Order: sequence, then structure tokens, then C-alpha cells
Amino acid sequence: MTIKLGVPSKGRLMEKTFDWFGKRGVGLRRTGSEREYAAAVDGVEGVELVLLSAGEIPRELAAGRIHLGVTGSDLVREKLAAWDSRVEEVQLMGFGHADLIIAVPNCWVDVDTLDDLDAASAAFRKTHGFRMRIATKYHRLVRDFLRDQGVADYQLIDSQGATEGTVKNETAEAVADITSSGETLRANHLKLLSDGLIHKSQATLFRSKTAALSDADRTALSALLDKLN
Amino acid sequence: MTPKAEMRRLLAFFEANGAQVVEADILQSAEVLLDLYGEDIRARAYVTSDALRGEQMLRPDFTVPVVQMHMEHGAEPARYTYAGEVFRRQEEDINRPSEFMQVGYEVFERENPAAADAEVFALFKEALAPLGLRAATGDMGILMAAVRGLSTTERRKAALLRHIWRPRRFRALLDRFGGKVEVPASRLALLAATDAMALAGPVMGLRSEAEINARIEALKDDAVAAPISDGEAAILDDILNLREKAPMVLERLRDIAVDLPAIISAVEAMDARLTAMSARGVDVDGLDFEGSYGRTTLEYYDGFVFGFYAEARPDLPAVASGGRYDALTSVLGQGRSIPAVGGVIRPELVHALGDQS
Repeated sequence: MTIKLGVPSKGRLMEKTFDWFGKRGVGLRRTGSEREYAAAVDGVEGVELVLLSAGEIPRELAAGRIHLGVTGSDLVREKLAAWDSRVEEVQLMGFGHADLIIAVPNCWVDVDTLDDLDAASAAFRKTHGFRMRIATKYHRLVRDFLRDQGVADYQLIDSQGATEGTVKNETAEAVADITSSGETLRANHLKLLSDGLIHKSQATLFRSKTAALSDADRTALSALLDKLN
Repeated sequence: MTPKAEMRRLLAFFEANGAQVVEADILQSAEVLLDLYGEDIRARAYVTSDALRGEQMLRPDFTVPVVQMHMEHGAEPARYTYAGEVFRRQEEDINRPSEFMQVGYEVFERENPAAADAEVFALFKEALAPLGLRAATGDMGILMAAVRGLSTTERRKAALLRHIWRPRRFRALLDRFGGKVEVPASRLALLAATDAMALAGPVMGLRSEAEINARIEALKDDAVAAPISDGEAAILDDILNLREKAPMVLERLRDIAVDLPAIISAVEAMDARLTAMSARGVDVDGLDFEGSYGRTTLEYYDGFVFGFYAEARPDLPAVASGGRYDALTSVLGQGRSIPAVGGVIRPELVHALGDQS
């Protein structure tokens, strides 16, 4: 048995993850051809690198098929019910920063807070006969946030991409999406609500609370975690 | 007795007391349920779909289909009973069942709401009598009447009534309408602007400029409205904090009504209900009443609310619960409405507690 470490399989998230581990004396690298998802670990014993889509890492952690995994804290909270009973945060890694926010059209000069959004939703429903639509792919996080804040008379519309365009296309009235610089929002004539920050996400090393560990695994895991601290 | 047998026993009990047995489809239109309950229902109900009917939900309760059925072709007055599984997604506690039984009893009756409330409560009490449960009661109608009786604008009352089931937002609104919190800077700037739309950029989306302007006007009206007085806000708190035996509560409410006469008819209705309950053999002197009971349940109860709890088992949810939902019938009745009261019992819980006792 080995400790399985799940890491995003491509892009800047993978590169920065490799850098982060490298700085702590754990070498992660891909092997084989560019298209082959094979990888190796140097500097520690008994650890196997598993390259996965960042979006699948939460599920694999919860199922106990990997012991450690690197993914966005937003994805863990969105994809896992009662996430903190199934995984724990080991380290915030300091990159991959993105905020899950609520944005509305710039032209809504009367809407700046959740209180405004709620009042506008009530009036919208009365005028249009249906609940105000908020486009998002973060259903759980947005719904929990709005319930906690007591916002009513909205509905969530699933949007897996180009979410900022939904308002102009009139398939939604507002959006809840990830932003780092806010540029895409501005380009699409959208603005943030001043109290609409749902979650500040960053790349995070998570540990599964369910993955099985042999005695040798425990030794390997604590040796690895010592290096990372 | 198995839980299923317990379910059949309860169904037979309500039938023997004059209810007509009705059934409901397991697959319900998601659209109706979503429109009624809002997005929260998605977190609680299983959603599925097919290419022809679109989104469907596994019934999360019987209330909606039973009300719909009654509004379409029910005779008046009507008493219904039903039994079967309901389905609830569980996101937080794996120990809670995602499929459980409910037996319900619903009364649609115009003439005497106090008697109908008492009838439902007394029948539930009788059906559950061997278990020694504690009954909790409340009355959303009193709180709603108090809000309607505030000396403030209709718009503020409507906003408070809309959030009566969301205690946190209700409190935030009450504080704002009472002048207890600072007006956000963005709001002050908006109210001071001569041309609020000057920096709006292109108007886009379904919410029109007219709607935006209408809200700005509403905000301007609200800015000059007098704050809700400390005295009136304190009255609402008094009502929300009531937690005594029903006759004591009634006495307190009569005192409160001196300062807030708008609640008099709701208080009289409570009095009539207690009298009717007493006539049915309920010991109203020992009956618990909580002013805020029913505020965090489903948002359709708008009058009498009740629940039965096993005090020795605080880990269990209510064994039975119910209440009056007059407004729901007009929402689902497309223009028609009828006063209605009812509730459900969970046979598995009755069975589990029966084994213990």
C-alpha cells in the first residue's frame, strides 16, 4: 500500500502545485509522453501521485480512494455535503485565489446589498410572475448562503460556463460565480454586491478522513506531512 | 406491530373519525413545489426529470397534492386522510431517513375555524395518547396581526410579513425600519443623486428601467417615513418571547392588545380555539404555548400551529406536526380559497416510541 496524493492533472494549478511541493523537498513530476497521465514522486517514500481533474478530487477524497488531495476549497464545499466530516484542511497553499461572489447588472443602481437584492427579488416576482433567476454552477454554496442570509424569491439556474453572459441573454437576472480580478464581470456590465462574498477560495491540501491506512502508510503519511509543514 | 401496520392503524383511526381516504402520486411537478417553497426545496427533495414532463420531484409531503385535489373538485366541507412514503434528501445528517411514512388528516371548512383547529389537535392527541408526548402550540396569526397593526407604511408591513418565517432577516428589517442601524452609504448616495441612472451604463436584462425607478421611488418614500417606535418593536418582542401555559398567554395577549388593538380579533380567535379544545377534553390549563413556535417551519402556516414531541428523546424530530394554512389554498386554488387545517404523524416514530414504552 502507498499513500495516494491526488493533484490536478493540467494547467497552472498543476504547475503551482508541483512548485509548492518542490519548495518543501517533495518532487512531483509527470512521466511518459505529454498526453499520458503518469507521474512520479521523489524525496519521500511510499507516496504515489495520482493525476485527476480538480473537480473530481473532492469526491475521491470523500470516497477514501486518495489520502491527500489538492483542489480549490470552493470545490470541496460545493461537491461534498457536510464536507468537514469527510475531509480536513491540511494546508492553505496560497495560490489559486478566487472569490465566489454574487453580481448584478451595473444598471441596477438601487441594488448594492443582499437586503436590496431580496427586496428587488420580491418586486421582480410580483411583476414577472416568476422568481428572480441567479445563474451559477455552485448550487449548494449559493443556496446555503442565501438561506442563511434570509434572501427569498429567487431561483438558481444552472450555468456551467459563460455565466456572466446569462444576464445579457436574459436567461438570468443575476449571477453567482468565481472571480479573481473582476475583469470578466466588468466587461459584461456586472457589479459585485458589497456583502455578496460567499466564499474566498484558494488551492488547499486536503486529507481524507475515510481513506484506509496501514501502519506503513501512517509512517509514510506523517513523514510527508512533516516535510510539508 | 410493524411501522407499516402502525401507519394502517392511524389511517383507519382518521377514517373512522369521518375522513375520506385519498391518495397522491409519488412524482409531483417540480415547478409547483419550487414556485411555492422556493429554492430551499431543492436541498430537501429529490429532483428527477424526463424528456416530456420536465422536472419532477419525489413527493416531499402530501399537503400540496391534497390541497390541489381539493381545490379542483372537492366538496365542502371536507375531511381527508392519507398515508404513504415521503422522500427527503439529507445533506447534513446521515442518520436521518431519506424515506419515511406520513399519515395525515386535513380539514377544509369555512364555518368554524376554532372548532376545526380543536378537532385536528384533539384527534392527533387521541391518536398519540399512549406515548405521553409533550404538545407544543403557537399561533402565527397573532404575530401576523401584530405586524399588520404596526403604525408604519404598508410597504414595510409587507416586507416584514414576507420574512415572518425567516427570523434573522425579520430582525434585520425591524432594526432598519426602527432606525436602529445606519443606512448604508450606497443607499444615501442613491437617494441624494439627482440622476440615479447617470452612471448605470447600458440597461440590460429582464428587469427594466421602470422597475429600477419604481424601487428608487419606494426607497425615497421609505427614507422619509417615521421609524417604527421602540414601543411597537418591544410589543413584537413581547409576543415572540411568550412561553407559558396557554391561559396565561391569553391573559398577556389581552394586556398587549390594549396597546396594539389590531391583534384583538386574533386573540379572540385564540380564546375561541382554547374553548373549543376544552370542549373536546383537552386540558388547556396545562397546554404549552410559544409565541415564536412555527416561525422556522415551512412558510405556509399562518394560524394555529402544533407539534408533538417525545421529551425523553430529544434526538427525534416531532412525532407529529401541523397547523392552519388558509393562504396556501388561495395560492394553489387559482383565485379560490378555503380555510384549511391539518397535520401529519410519522408512524415509524410512533412505532419506535411504542416499543420503548
